[in-house]
Amino acid sequence: MQFTIEVGRYNPEGRYADSAIPGEPFPPPWDRAVPRRYQTYVVELPEHAVVLDALIAIREQQDESLALRCACRSAICGSCAMWINGHAQLACKSKLREFTKNGKTRVEAPPSMPVIRDLVTDMTPFWRKHARVRPWLENKPLPAGPMEEYTVPNEAMEELLQEVSCISCGACLMDCESFAVNKDFLGPQALAKAYRYVADPRDARHRTRLAELSDRHGVWDCTHCYECVQQCPKGVAPLEQILKLRRLAVEAGFTDNPGARHARAFAASVEHSGRLNELTLMPKSVGLFNVVGQLKTLPSAINMARAGKLPPLKHTKIPGVKRIRAIFERVGGRPK
Amino acid sequence: MIIDHDVVVLGAGLAGMRAALETARAGADVAIVTKVHPIRSHSNAAQGGINAAIGEGDSWESHAFDTIKGSDYLADQDAVEVMCREAPADIIEFEHMGVIFYRDENGKLGTRAFGGASQARTYFVGDITGQALLVTLYDQILKAGVKVYEEWFATSLYVEDGACRGLVALELITGELHFLRAKAVINCAGGLGRVFEPSTNAMICTGDGYALAYRAGAPLMDMEMVQYHPTTLAGSGFLMTEAARGEGAYLINAKGERFLKDYAPNKMELAARDVISRAEATEIEKGNGVDGCVLLDLRHLGPDIVLKKLPQIHEMAIDYLGIDMLKEPVPVRPGMHYQMGGIKTDINGATPLPGLYAAGEVACVSVHGGNRLGANSLLDTIVFGRRAGRAAAAYVKTVTPTRRSTAILKSEQERIDELLARPYTGETHARLRLELATLMDKNVGVYRNEAGLREALAKIRDLKERYGRLAVGDKGRVFNQALQFALEVGYMLDCAETIVLGALERKESRGAQARTDFPERNDAEWLKHILVKYRPGEAPELSYSPVKITNWQPEARVY
Repeated sequence: MQFTIEVGRYNPEGRYADSAIPGEPFPPPWDRAVPRRYQTYVVELPEHAVVLDALIAIREQQDESLALRCACRSAICGSCAMWINGHAQLACKSKLREFTKNGKTRVEAPPSMPVIRDLVTDMTPFWRKHARVRPWLENKPLPAGPMEEYTVPNEAMEELLQEVSCISCGACLMDCESFAVNKDFLGPQALAKAYRYVADPRDARHRTRLAELSDRHGVWDCTHCYECVQQCPKGVAPLEQILKLRRLAVEAGFTDNPGARHARAFAASVEHSGRLNELTLMPKSVGLFNVVGQLKTLPSAINMARAGKLPPLKHTKIPGVKRIRAIFERVGGRPK
Repeated sequence: MIIDHDVVVLGAGLAGMRAALETARAGADVAIVTKVHPIRSHSNAAQGGINAAIGEGDSWESHAFDTIKGSDYLADQDAVEVMCREAPADIIEFEHMGVIFYRDENGKLGTRAFGGASQARTYFVGDITGQALLVTLYDQILKAGVKVYEEWFATSLYVEDGACRGLVALELITGELHFLRAKAVINCAGGLGRVFEPSTNAMICTGDGYALAYRAGAPLMDMEMVQYHPTTLAGSGFLMTEAARGEGAYLINAKGERFLKDYAPNKMELAARDVISRAEATEIEKGNGVDGCVLLDLRHLGPDIVLKKLPQIHEMAIDYLGIDMLKEPVPVRPGMHYQMGGIKTDINGATPLPGLYAAGEVACVSVHGGNRLGANSLLDTIVFGRRAGRAAAAYVKTVTPTRRSTAILKSEQERIDELLARPYTGETHARLRLELATLMDKNVGVYRNEAGLREALAKIRDLKERYGRLAVGDKGRVFNQALQFALEVGYMLDCAETIVLGALERKESRGAQARTDFPERNDAEWLKHILVKYRPGEAPELSYSPVKITNWQPEARVY
């Protein structure tokens, strides 16, 4: 079967194969825009072939200068995450048939990260975030016996298996909406990794970890866009781990931060009137007496007003709000 | 650039990182050089588990006997004793580092059964044990602050006054060559699966470490012992873990029979890998196969076991064959999986070349002999990685600094420049590699014979000659993978030659070496290792070394 692949080429040395076709500029709105061009290749492959098969065929038979990372070819090593038709995917797991749109498949380095060459992304931001969550066990006192393991229920280990299945491919970070606007956000993979240690019954840093993660650029900076859940090739569902971290952090008493206050104000407003009171939400999140923090939100508020997006000044309850409150009672009241 | 360290570790898989961690703990200045990020190392593909005799009623002697019997008595028994005695402490250490090993109902480490073992002594994390160990160890490396030169590709080892004193590596991102001067090098560069097509191995398993050591003068041992895994997926050749059979899966032929009753009536699906691979090849040869495969049947295990304990292979069969193993059996065939042989080392990882240590798949201690038992390779990496790290750290205290010559940097640069400057001749790295690898699978596979091996040797030498005309289709500096692959094909050709030389020399059948022209094991003549040593400009030199027998005399091997 014939497949047409359009590959985003980038070479800092400015050399391309002669057949290269000048392409479009790097897609906005990303701040790491680099010049690139798209080059089209046609490959003949079996109908169940994956994108990686095509890229390897190109590199081996048509153009040795095409650079990409790959190793295991079976979604274990995490090397080949890249943008395929505009979303981060593992090339070795993406069937060409399913990713052919308008007769072609577009493959490129994700614009959210620096590019080294062609499909080779600079993963430094990813690994820095990984290291920032201190991703190692800080042992509780070791078991008494000289050759003894910790005694923990298998369920506790199974709870961590979802994160341990992570192959660090970086697809989640590549498509993370929050990372797109805030490069300091810890990001889905690092936070999922953090949950893996927070939830490990053998770890002694449980509370310290939760405190650190409640801080700036931590768990509360996630915007619930679900891109990480969607893109993760191993079912790690980083957002789910982030939500567990938030719950644990609030339960542990780390509530004096904008994120936790925001969540509380959000829930309180919905419980009270069945809808959000957006006028009071922001002050309550930033802190009622935090004048500087509130002033910082002013430009956004002005922009919103200009765009006609200002919330109604008079906040009213929805009809039948009692039924909303019943839901809150049913699920165990509002978070403390 | 010239960089100095006490110890340079080549490779960041389990053996390399474990060696580096131990070297650092012993107070030496250590750095890792690796051609891929540590997390991408092929240790992550080990699925089934890691062996240790910890449980009540088990003993290191039993583990050692199973390993030695599995090796078809070619393993060095002193080395096997070390591995099996030290296994429990190493597993416990990894548990303390945070590996989420499966637990029994008492919250203690639980096991699964594995091939060739008389006890269920395989500790595991689902079917991603290698990955779970690798990630944990990588995080320990971060914690210890070990320096890692990522995506640096080694082009040669540096030997000065008969001792290994560092290596030269190409930094892929810049295309710059660097000389890492050291008092010792620990070679943990991993396997050589790409010498065969198909293989379960990743595309990065190109035999770099074997060839680098070989060219530097360290002998390779038992290279003919290439493991064919009994259950690799039809088509792609991806690994379907032995844990499937450990959990109770059947192997059936086209008639639906569990054909192993005719080959290994006692252990059935849990016989040693070489035995099952031969049984499958024979069964397929007899016409009882299904499109060149037999079938791995998990249907009777049910979703609870398959989805909880074998989720990865369940997903892979769906992804790459469209088969749901809960409903249908999966076609599998024997596929190249592991190199038992490698750089000859003693039980501390020291090779005959002073200053050069080796551990993991690239090394041959030898604990696997003619056939490795499943779940012994992860164990090999962490036990002998640790021991090599400790030995190297002690050795560097006795070594004075080098003469600080930098001539090797210049000669390596010239070699690379010459390769880049070659005009296009039609010989590409991909074509040479594929010709080599299909040849190896055809002529040096499960069954071998003199004619096939002779043909392979002649063709390899022809390929080597053509390799001299190989041109690189990318002249740039930044991430020039064509250059890297061209150098890798050179490594693979050296590996292939030593494999075939060993296979030709060993005129008997033992473990993974099954000669149709010498079908019996011959202890009187061949209870010994074959060593291959590089001689510049001449044919390689073959020699022998005795097998160390401590407690277990060779006997007939029945499963």
